[in-house]
Formats: sequence, C-alpha cells, structure tokens
Amino acid sequence: MNLEVDVRAQVGDFDLHAEFALPGGLTVLFGPSGAGKTRLLRLIAGLDEPAVGRIVLDGTCFVDTTTGRRLPVHQRRIGMVFQQAYLLPHRTVLANVALAARGASREERRDRAAEWLERTGATPFAHRRPHQLSGGQQQRAALARALAGEPRLLLLDEPFNALDLERRDRLRRLVRGLVDETGVPALFVTHDPDELAMLADQVLLAEPGRVFEIAGPLEVARRLGRARD
Amino acid sequence: MDWFPLLLSLRVAALATVFTTIIGVGGAYALARWRFPGHGLVEAVASLPIVLPPTVLGYYLLVTIGRTSPIGRAWEAVTGFPLVFTWQAAVIAATVASLPYCLRTATAAIAAIDRGYEEAARVAGLHGRRLAFLVTLPLARRGIVAGISLAFARALGDFGTTLLVAGNVPGRTQTMPIAVYDRVQAFDYATAGVLAGVLSVVAVAVLLLVRRLERTAL
Repeated sequence: MNLEVDVRAQVGDFDLHAEFALPGGLTVLFGPSGAGKTRLLRLIAGLDEPAVGRIVLDGTCFVDTTTGRRLPVHQRRIGMVFQQAYLLPHRTVLANVALAARGASREERRDRAAEWLERTGATPFAHRRPHQLSGGQQQRAALARALAGEPRLLLLDEPFNALDLERRDRLRRLVRGLVDETGVPALFVTHDPDELAMLADQVLLAEPGRVFEIAGPLEVARRLGRARD
Repeated sequence: MDWFPLLLSLRVAALATVFTTIIGVGGAYALARWRFPGHGLVEAVASLPIVLPPTVLGYYLLVTIGRTSPIGRAWEAVTGFPLVFTWQAAVIAATVASLPYCLRTATAAIAAIDRGYEEAARVAGLHGRRLAFLVTLPLARRGIVAGISLAFARALGDFGTTLLVAGNVPGRTQTMPIAVYDRVQAFDYATAGVLAGVLSVVAVAVLLLVRRLERTAL
C-alpha cells in the first residue's frame, strides 16, 4: 500500500502541513494534543476537507484541490475507529457490524459481521445493545465494524484512551495481531509513548505548526529520551 | 347522538398527520442537515402557522386553493368539483396548521444528534437514504414521535382554519370542534358538552398511547 499525503489545513490557530508517503504496516501517528492528529485522520477519511493539497491511496485520488476532485466518504473504503465507539444504540452489536459489512445479501453481511466479531473477541456480546457493554467491549465491536467493510486502510484515533491499562494493553495486542493477519495497513493515533513503542512499524511525528515527518521507532525513542534529559 | 363529526375529525386528523409526517420529517431532515440559500426563510415561513391567527391562515389558504386559484382550478378539472368547502379542504387546513409542530420538533431532534454517529456510519459506507433511515432518523425518533403526536393533536383540534376553507356543512365538513361551536351557538349546551367530552377523551387517549410508544421505542 502507498498513501501519499500532501495537504494544508487550518487547525486552531496554526496551519497543519502534512507531506509524506506511507508504506504498509502499522504506522503510529504520534504527537501532543492539538498537533492536528485527529484532523489529519479526518482529512484522509474525507470527513474534513483540506484547504489545499491532495491525498492518494494506491493510485485512487481521494481529494485533489487543484483538480477539484473529491471522492465521497462512503466510497473511500476506509475503516475507522474513533475515540468513542459510536455504535448505533437502537441496534445490536451484530446488526451494527452488519451495516458496515460487505456482501451481496443480508445473510452474507451478517455472516461476515459474525466472523469479524469472532476475530475481535466480541462474539459473547454480539446480540447485546451497545449500552449494555463496557468501554472495551464497545471498542472491540467498533474494531469489528471497521474491518468488516474490508477497508484498504484502517484509521484508529486514540481508540483505547478511555480504558484502564490492562484492557488497553489487550486491545493493542489485538490491533497489532489483526494488522499482521489481514495485511490491512493502519494509521494509529496516540500521544502515549508506550503505545508507540509497542505498536509502531514506523512513526509519523506530529508537532504543532511543523511538517509531519516519518521516522523509525528507534529514532523517535532516541528523540524522546533526549527531550527527557 | 350524531357520530359523524367525531369520525370526520379522526379521518381528517389521521390523513393530515400522514401528510405532516412525510413533509415535516423530510423537511426537518433537510433543514437540520443541509445548508441551502433561503434556509432561514424556509424555516420562518414553515413556522408561520404557529404565530398567525388561524383565520389569517385560513384566508391565505382560501386564496391559494379557491376556485379561481391555479390549484383550485386544477383540482376541479381533475375531480369535477371544487376543492373548497369539502372534507379534503379540511385535510389541507389541518395539514398546514399542524405541520410546524412536527417540523420544528423533528428539526430540533435531528440537530441534537451527535454527528459522530453519522460520521462513523458514513466512513462505514452508508450514505443518502440508507444513512437517513438507518442512522439519523432512528437516533432522533423520540423527538420525531413527539412532533408527530403534537401535530395529530393540533390537527384534531383545528377550528378557525378549517372553518374558513371547509366551512360548516353538517354531515359533510362539520368536524368536532366546529360541531361544538355550532351547538353552543344554538344554545344546545348539553350536546356541546358531550361532544367536548368525547373529543377530550380521544385526545387524552392518543397522548397516552404516544407516551407508551415513546417509552417502548428503544
């Protein structure tokens, strides 16, 4: 996979400027709050529009302000897990995931959804409503929903922040495992150095007012160490 | 006891509520989710029936659907009889009078939804009608049901607007509220009291039913 991003957008009182090309694997988008990490994910998903620039995923142009091209959100085939699960409260977990699943018939979509709930460890509560679940269970279901659409790219926006350490750790391992198994490239936002160390194949560094840049995990660890000294 | 006014009122209110639901919920979705030129004007005009005296509203309707108006002439060409002073005109009057109650309540309910649900659904591949019917409207259903029930109550109780465009023809266009007025004018307080009581019981029964629906809606 190859994600090429070259965009500028307003974030608070500074300009977000991101210019990078990402290979596959799990990329951690790392930086302090307010650096524009969430904004960058929203630009890639199509929920926000850049002031100028272009985003191309494997030859498919998502947005290009010079040509005016803009691929609608629902056609981008992206899986996204937000900080909140945003599961529909009036549907069961299975029905929520089935909405996103690909398949020709309703049965096929339900089967696909059940399969993904199995892979994310959410089968035991597949027939419950979202409000009956813990935060960790909700995010497992949200992860199943994100993957059930057979996305070409998985975006995760600090998905496990609201969880306690133990659950967070288990879910990180789950994400790491699923990215390896499925080969779906992922961009994982965090401001937590532990999460970075545990997950990253490569790191995309975000700092307010600076161009986002790609670095290896070791390079980032070294810089963080220096910043601490 | 003549049951015609009650049956007519129920029929007129039920039909008006169907139209109000379609126009009101559809309009609410458009107002809450789309930005277009004249947005504020549309919202204001749609709310006019709340603030205008019913007779003024009736006057405007009379001008709009009267025998010399384009709508009135078109109706007459198709059906062979004039639209005004029929029960169909009463349906139009009740629809217009009750529309803003549904529209405003539903617009507020849709606008109050956390956009995150819709964004998550859009990323997951939903759009257009599927997004509206599977995500947005179910999330706003309590407010929408409340708006529809308010509209039904308003349609059932409409007096001034209906009187102007449908008149007071016993056995043809005389709805319950008009029958009450008619009986009071004739100093027949006993019948007026019965009619008023029946209308009140029906109204309370409908509101109780709606409350139940709202509670079990989840």
